Amino acid sequence: MIEINNLAFSFQKYDVLQGISLRLEEGKIYGLLGENGVGKTTLLTLLCGLKSPKSGSISVDGRAPFDRQPSLLQDQFYLPDEVLPLRATAIAFAKERGIFWPRFSMEKFIKIIAEFEVDPNHRMDKMSAGQLKKTWISFALATDARYYYMDEPTNGLDIPSKAQFRKAIMQYTAEDSTLVISTHQVRDLENVIDPIIILDSKEVLVNASIEEIESKLCFDYSKELNPNALYVEQTPAGFVQVYPNDGNSESKVNLEAFFNTIHMHKDVAKSLFGNK
Amino acid sequence: MDFNSDKPIYLQIADGICDRILSGELASEDRIPSVREYGAELGVNPNTMMRSYDKLLNEGIVYNKRGIGYFIAPDAKEKVLEEQRRLFLEKDVPAIKARMALLGLDAKIFND
Repeated sequence: MIEINNLAFSFQKYDVLQGISLRLEEGKIYGLLGENGVGKTTLLTLLCGLKSPKSGSISVDGRAPFDRQPSLLQDQFYLPDEVLPLRATAIAFAKERGIFWPRFSMEKFIKIIAEFEVDPNHRMDKMSAGQLKKTWISFALATDARYYYMDEPTNGLDIPSKAQFRKAIMQYTAEDSTLVISTHQVRDLENVIDPIIILDSKEVLVNASIEEIESKLCFDYSKELNPNALYVEQTPAGFVQVYPNDGNSESKVNLEAFFNTIHMHKDVAKSLFGNK
Repeated sequence: MDFNSDKPIYLQIADGICDRILSGELASEDRIPSVREYGAELGVNPNTMMRSYDKLLNEGIVYNKRGIGYFIAPDAKEKVLEEQRRLFLEKDVPAIKARMALLGLDAKIFND
């Protein structure tokens, strides 16, 4: 369980995060959404202990990430958006780094990287951006960490690799692990992330499961406009509209439309999904 | 797996399992994959898979053997048939009738 309490962070005089409180439960794959510059990456780097909070606290099962205790470091993995092209083959890199994670499995690394169709004997600094990302993803999953913080993991992946990524994060992470994945590519991960966190510059607007979103909002694809629609978007086949659920209908959450609805109606976000 | 756009994913997955029971691909006492396995196969969050399985459990279509897994119930096919027939008569038939009226077609089209 990760508990974030009234967290704040600033770069000198620029406040990035303020008053962030969140509770992240084990066994879940959180999708961290937010516009550019609201502090998603900053939040991930605070969670993994690369940065120190200005005020407030983060507790990962009772431990503060910035203390960087080995017992926590060996249980977590932070995958940044841009990964390092090291002057080594994927296999040499994995051999050298894997020892920091006691449950790391070379066999698993070879298996996952093969599924991503990357040659582990290839030098990382000679790889394409996508191959390099897949190498790091394979390594991350082979560490068998309990806490994963992934920043835009599908960036740079080709189409088959995106599907492979969706499978791999479920196949190769432990049932009790916690994943926090920031993304703008909501379509890449639409059926994977649940609960959904929407971060705004100064607060958490939403931290809700897909089930809760379904119960509170309707996503309607019919051709008739609903007078209570909070958000309407034209599509080739008609509309996507979002309006409050009267409690009788069940529809599939469209994450892009959900994000836009929340973005346009922050007051509604608070009344429907008030911070817990 | 491709999902269409208007029904919650967990219902689409449950429907998919029911269709496989109707077609005979899944027979009673067959084991179905764990939430995690099936989630990985479909690229779907385990939460969502759990909701699909919960729905099928509540309807008595699957049952859970603790520590072993989920299995198709002995009378699953009858239950699914009954429910699907009810839905067809309540929802699909009126929609077909309305569409036929709109297109000026009558019941003779079913005769060949």
